[in-house]
Formats: sequence, structure tokens, C-alpha cells
Amino acid sequence: MSNESVVEVKNLTVGYGDIVVLKNISFSVASGEIFVILGGSGCGKSTLLKHMIGLYTPFRGDVLIFGESMVNSSEDEKRKLMRSFGVTYQGGALFGSLTVAENIALPLEEYTTKTPKEINEVVQQKLALVNLDGFGNYMPSELSGGMRKRAGLARAMALDPTLLFFDEPSAGLDPITSAELDRLILRLREELGTTIVIVSHELDSIFTVADRAILLDKETKGIAATGKPKDLRDGSPNLWVREFLTRSKLKRDVV
Amino acid sequence: MGSPSRELVERIGAASTSVFRDMIEMVCFVGDLSKVSWRVLRKPSQLRWKETLYYMDMCGSQAVPIVLMICFLMGVILGFQAAVQMRKFGTELYVADLVGFSILKELGPLMVAMIATGRAGSAFAAEIGTMKVNDEISALETMGFAPSRFLVIPKILAMVIVSPVLTVFGDVIGIAGGFVVGTTMLGLPLMAYYNRTVEVLYPMVFILGMVKSVVFALIIAVIGCLRGFQSECNAQGVGRATTSAVVTSIFLIVIADAVLTIIFSLMGY
Repeated sequence: MSNESVVEVKNLTVGYGDIVVLKNISFSVASGEIFVILGGSGCGKSTLLKHMIGLYTPFRGDVLIFGESMVNSSEDEKRKLMRSFGVTYQGGALFGSLTVAENIALPLEEYTTKTPKEINEVVQQKLALVNLDGFGNYMPSELSGGMRKRAGLARAMALDPTLLFFDEPSAGLDPITSAELDRLILRLREELGTTIVIVSHELDSIFTVADRAILLDKETKGIAATGKPKDLRDGSPNLWVREFLTRSKLKRDVV
Repeated sequence: MGSPSRELVERIGAASTSVFRDMIEMVCFVGDLSKVSWRVLRKPSQLRWKETLYYMDMCGSQAVPIVLMICFLMGVILGFQAAVQMRKFGTELYVADLVGFSILKELGPLMVAMIATGRAGSAFAAEIGTMKVNDEISALETMGFAPSRFLVIPKILAMVIVSPVLTVFGDVIGIAGGFVVGTTMLGLPLMAYYNRTVEVLYPMVFILGMVKSVVFALIIAVIGCLRGFQSECNAQGVGRATTSAVVTSIFLIVIADAVLTIIFSLMGY
């Protein structure tokens, strides 16, 4: 793992209208790292992700992707920068009017000079990568939730980005499918050296995949803790952080 | 606690700002769209032909039966109402004039636009709204695409192509409706009605109707898409966006119709 940072968030303040959701957030993600953004519901982790990938403009601060500013670039520069990374959305966000294969082929058709035959080869290869061989001609509505997510991942990887963002990859998946997805994420990093940023609150999957995590706090609108999830769980001085990572409150309620 | 009159003023103020904001958003949307259209115009390979053809089929060929049906009945109704009045003066033959001018200048384009608003405009808003709910719009953006190139330009192009064609169908069948009334109820000779229609109508009447239909098509497609993009990210939001698309389109179509009619009459047609 090199120390050069792929994503850098600098003094970011975000929110909607007059409401500030997160204040003065700064962190960076190193190349080849699997970085998890954690937090309770409504703490702004999805909002943070949407700012990082350039869908929203922050109140203040900057997001640098591969050293280039996402906030202060022109629309065209931003579009170009966006092509350098892939995003996998919660529900897959496949285009419903296109087949799975056409979904994956879309960025290849638009951004490369590949022939239809070469594009098809890439599509088959990506489908195989996410274990969806033979599903190319299915419409997204014919796939299960987990398959749609994996197809979304295949599409995000179509242009072989070295940086991937995941929005709640395991939300709504059964434990086995969720574990498979975790293995896939680890494999991507291992085989391709991809830097991966994940927004999640699924503890099992976080302990399996994350190199480093930040925990967002709704009350202080900032980062409550940074570090390796296991270390945070066992040694964080902040009680709330330890409770969050051990679900201890929940356990107390049940027992 | 404000007094009732103060509350009234506040409500009027709030409503005005929301209308004003909506107008600004509309202008921004059209501006953004013009920019993307210009790029596509300069580089036609960027146009999504597959989608354009899909929407031409959806908004065009699939709408033919309902357009024929409604325009025919409009012709019949117009002819019937005119016949009742004209008969009093013994000027039954003028039914041909009334039906011909009304259909070509007004009712042909207007009825086609109303049908298209209900069929296409609402569908555009619902489609884009649902795509927004499913993060598909976000996905398009983070893939580095301008969403309007994929989602708006094909719809506008399809509407602008098929709307005049549908209007031609509507015009012909509408005049036929009047013809049926004239020849059956009024007992006018077939040839007399036909000759009268051909005699009084001149090409410019038809062209004005076509101009109207293109303007209406633009309004329907742009408003449908705009409302879809403005939709909130939930099921009710999509429903409201769809309603708003239809209501706003009808409103703007009627305004555009009035403005165009005034302009055309000032030009002497």
C-alpha cells in the first residue's frame, strides 16, 4: 500500500438548504485501501458520499480525486474526472430500458473506440467477474436484488477504474449473498489493486473488509473516530464508538 | 398569531415566490438543454438513435388510433353544432368552412397536443421521476454523461417529429367527421361539400396548424422531462410530478395557442 492519497476530503461542510449535516470533515483515502464510512441512520454518510462523487456541491471545503478538485472544476472537467472512478448504488441503479449487457456496454460504447465485438468481450469478462455469466440478456427487472447490485458493480468496473465507491453494498442482502459480495470486494483489491470507498453500517461486513474506517457522529456533525474497525471496537476511548461497533446497546435491550 | 389579512398577504407572497422559483428553474432547464442540443447538433453521432426511435413509436404510432378516434368525433361535433345554427340561415354549406378552418387551425393541433400530454408528457415525467428514485440519474451523472443527452433530447426530437404527422392524421379525419355530418344530417351533396372545403382552405392554414403542433410538442416534452427531474425521491413525489407535468403542459399549451393565434392574425392569416 502506497501512501499517496487517491481521495482527499478537505474541511468539507455539507448539508441541505439551511441545515448543516456534517461540519469541517477532513480525511484521505490511500491508494489500494478499503475505506469504510460508518455511522448511524441519518448521520449523513450517504450525503457525504454524494458530495465525494460530485453529485452535490458542498457549502465549504473541497474533495480531491486523484489530486484534482471535484468542487472547483468546470462542468466538463468534472465529467471527465467522474469517468475515472466507478460508483455502485444501493439498488444497482441499472437502466431499466437496457439489458444487463447493454448497461455494462454503455460506457464502453460512449468513451472507447472499441468495436462491438471487443465491447462484448469486455462485457462477458465483467459479468464473469461478478459471477453473472449468462445473465447478459436479462432485463434488470428480471434479476434479484443481489444480482442487480453485482450487475451494477460490473457496470461500474466497465472502464477498469482504479477507484470504486459503494453505497450500502450489503443493505437488503441475505447474509450469504452479503458475504459473497465482501469476498468479491476483497478480490478486486487483491487482483486489481483497486481503491475502494464503502458507505455502510453492516458490522459483519465492515470487520471483514475494512482496512480503515471513520465513524460519523450525528450530534457533533463530525468524525467521532478513525482507525481499523477492530482497534476501534476494542480500544476506542469513546464509549459510544465501542457501543456502536459491538451493538452493545442492542444486546442489552434483547437480553 | 397574524391577523387573517396578514396571513392572506403571506400566502400570496409565498405562492408568488414559488411560482417565480419555478419559472427560474424552467429557464435554467431550457438553457442547459439548449447547450446540450447545440453539442448534439454539431456532433450528431452523440444522439441516442435507439431511444429516439423508441419514443417515436411510443408517442407516434401507438397514439394513432386514439388520435383518429378523437379528431373524427371532434369533426362530427363541430359539424353538428354548426349545422344546427347554420340551418337557421339556410347557409348549411358553410359548415364545410367552419369545420375546415377550426380543425386545421385550432382543434387538430390542440387535440393531438392534449392526447400527447396525457400519453407522452405524463409518461416522460413518471419515467424520469422513477429513474431519479432508483438512482439511475445519479448513475448517469457519475458515469460522466449529461443526463439530458440521454433522457431529454431523444424525447424532444421524437415528439417534434411525430406530432406534426399525428396532426396531419387528425386534420384529415376531423374534416372527414364534418363531411359525414354535412352529407348525412344536412343532406349536402358529396361533391358540393368536398369542393367547398377544397375551395376555401389554403395551404397557409395548414402550415399554421403545423407550426402550432411543433410548438406544442416542444412544450409537452420539455415540461414532462423538467417535472420528472424536479420530482421528489419517493412514490408520491413521482405521482405529483406526473400530475404537475400534465397540468403545466395544458396551461402552457393554451397560452402558446393564444399567443400564436394573435401573432398569426397580426400577420394577416
